[in-house]
Amino acid sequence: MNNKKQASPWKSIQLGLAILIGLFVFAYGFQVTKVDLEDLRSERRQESLVRVIRALARPDLFEYDQETEIVNAPVYVTCPASGSPTIPEPDKSGPYLVVTPACANAGEIVHVEGFNFAPNTTGPLRFIPGGDPTNIVELGRDNVETDASGHFAFDFTLPKRPSEEVQFIRATLRKNVGTPHFTRSAFDTWGKIVETVFLALLATVFGTFLAIPLSFIAARNLMKPVKSPLASIALSVLGWPIGIVLGYLIVRWVEKLSTPFAENIPVNIISVILVPILIWFGLRWALPQEETSKPSTSLQLARFGTLFVILLLGFYSLFQLASLSKNLGLLGARSLGSLAFLGNFFFQLGDIVSIITPALGGLAAGGALSSFMGRIGQRLSERNSPETVKLFNILFAVLAGAVTFGLIGQLVEWLYQIGNPIYTLWGPILIGALLGLIIAVVTKARDTLPIGMIIYFITRTFLNGLRSIEALVMAIVFVIAVGIGPFAGVMALGLHTIVSLAKLYSEQVESIMAGPLEAIQATGANRLQTIIYAVVPQIIPPYISYTMYRWDINVRMSTIIGFVGGGGIGFLLQQNINLLNYRAASVQMLAIAIVVASMDYISSVLREKYV
Amino acid sequence: MLQIKNLTKIYDGGVKALDNVSFDVPDRQFLAVIGLSGSGKSTLLRCINRLIEPTSGQILWNGEDITKASPEEMRRIRRKIGMVFQHFNLVHRSKVLTNVLAGRLGYINPAWSLINRFPKEDIQKALQKLERVGIADKANHRADELSGGQQQRVGIARALMQDPEMILADEPVASLDPVLAHSIMKHLEDINDKDGVTVLCSLHFLDLVHRYADRVVALNAGKLVFEGLPKEIDDQKFKDIYGRDAERVG
Repeated sequence: MNNKKQASPWKSIQLGLAILIGLFVFAYGFQVTKVDLEDLRSERRQESLVRVIRALARPDLFEYDQETEIVNAPVYVTCPASGSPTIPEPDKSGPYLVVTPACANAGEIVHVEGFNFAPNTTGPLRFIPGGDPTNIVELGRDNVETDASGHFAFDFTLPKRPSEEVQFIRATLRKNVGTPHFTRSAFDTWGKIVETVFLALLATVFGTFLAIPLSFIAARNLMKPVKSPLASIALSVLGWPIGIVLGYLIVRWVEKLSTPFAENIPVNIISVILVPILIWFGLRWALPQEETSKPSTSLQLARFGTLFVILLLGFYSLFQLASLSKNLGLLGARSLGSLAFLGNFFFQLGDIVSIITPALGGLAAGGALSSFMGRIGQRLSERNSPETVKLFNILFAVLAGAVTFGLIGQLVEWLYQIGNPIYTLWGPILIGALLGLIIAVVTKARDTLPIGMIIYFITRTFLNGLRSIEALVMAIVFVIAVGIGPFAGVMALGLHTIVSLAKLYSEQVESIMAGPLEAIQATGANRLQTIIYAVVPQIIPPYISYTMYRWDINVRMSTIIGFVGGGGIGFLLQQNINLLNYRAASVQMLAIAIVVASMDYISSVLREKYV
Repeated sequence: MLQIKNLTKIYDGGVKALDNVSFDVPDRQFLAVIGLSGSGKSTLLRCINRLIEPTSGQILWNGEDITKASPEEMRRIRRKIGMVFQHFNLVHRSKVLTNVLAGRLGYINPAWSLINRFPKEDIQKALQKLERVGIADKANHRADELSGGQQQRVGIARALMQDPEMILADEPVASLDPVLAHSIMKHLEDINDKDGVTVLCSLHFLDLVHRYADRVVALNAGKLVFEGLPKEIDDQKFKDIYGRDAERVG
């Protein structure tokens, strides 16, 4: 008790200091963000605020066709010297105006009465200067409204436009006819909001597909047990660049073989149907589903050769598929009329396949060679004496380090154009070789290194780095790469989706139940099988819900990606705001709100159903 | 013949879970592993199929040293060792049939697993195994729709799919009521008798040990404190295994 009392003054001082510091921080915050309500009090600001809010509250969605009744009545400003002018009797069969008196001085008030107009209509009552009743110049801002019998009365102030001639007062009463219909901005908004939704859809789909494999190598629990001996790691590192180059060259060669038949649709069709059947039977033979005893070396070699041929055939049929898709697409675009977009879709699809196939081949060959060489490394370190393994380790680690750093140096050269090979080629190679040497000397010959965690950290760093770049900034880059339009938006949102989903997904992988993982591993399943049978079933529900959530985000992002030229509704919104056309902007805002809200609803329904 | 020689496991935190444990298990034996919770039973069983890497010592199975096996050899060894778990460890969202088929993964070429294809014979076999454990009608249910006893039977069917030569059962009945416990133990006994599969089973209840086991090893704080026949466990031995203050139940 006593102790507490002693401590209390010091505590009070601390609290006081904390409050003071808080005050200081907020005061500086006000200064920095320029908090100032002075402007809000000014009448001009308030007026425009009210105007904008009222405009926003009345989205320019519907309009009526209008019928106008225009009636002129003669009036003399300053009565003529000859005395009161004679005014012809108006035609009382239709709407007509009576002005009393028929002449007055400028600035004086005349009484205007209208008869026989359509009931309950409104419109301006204006002064037409000059002697011509068809003159389009109109003065004044008065509005009149007819009663149920089509009559109105108004005290009209004559403008300062004295003239010898007869001038006119014109009533223009507008009447809505027919049923309401959508305005031009409503139609424009519809087109753009459809574009927006599909932009978000494509970005989400592409992003999801690429994020899934990334999420597995960014998951700590899957990567932690991955350990390999140094020789194996070094050889697989070497395998990547060699495999990529070889694979790319081979696929380009296959493409060259395939080109002569590219335009021939029957050949396309036969290749696309027959070759996969051939591939299927080849695979059945070369990859037996179950094998209890070890196959002989010659059989293994034969299978390996078959797989290689199958791979070549596979790429050939991919190219043929691309050509077929392109050819059919062209045909369709010409002959399908209003469904021409289907033809265009197939053409673009074929184009995409033909562009990514060589890259795919490079990556596939890189991965295959890398894993193959990794296995060789594994065997080498299992079957040799520690001294020999050490020698291998040094040799391969030096090579791998040199190649990796040399390639990084070349990337730097390409980016910054330094032009000095000592800095960008020989230097890095030397450093890489030295690093490899050090690692090989330090690690014991048969020790396994936690390569999984290294890949994990590299992937995480890469994901976090890219994630911190806003999609809007990425869009600017892609607008330069592929031009202004929704495609740039798809690319930017897609890339951002990949990196952020990969992170969210990987956290889900990290939180799965370990039991089934253990059970599947205990059956002898390898890493790939463990992922497919123990990890994937567990992560499907959170993956679906995160994908939905991401689609939601993408829809919202795609509404503003148009600000930088990325397509979608943002472009229209920005344009209307800049033109001070707030009623049209309001339509776009309404559309965004409806789409986002219904997305929210749909995703919650779907989640409930499938998760 | 499984030979455990000087097996020691020290976890990263410095905890000694197994301390120089040695014993032999002849083929076709039903061996019970007993001991308090935390005495190292689970660690011992998991070291045998290297779900946990032992720190030192040897595990010889039919002359082959499991602790030295390469990843590829490990795959061959693991597929001959079935495992049954206390919490069943089924993949909840998959079908029962898929859970059972997963027992074949050690035999299946991983490339075919990518597209989730199992040979027709395996599917037939899976249905037979489910029939054997008495739940063939549940094949197309989701695993988490089953009761605890049914889930453990799926676990046994999964182990049977491996055509195992040995089954490691880690407290297979600890989450089940006594009636179900006996029915699960009878399945294990049947597999041991009819298929000649060696069974290593960790258990808590001594009446189950007496009823089913051919031989018993007991662990206390990672050390082997008893090895012998079930009937040799008298009150003195019981106190050695479970501690001075322990009382016998059930």
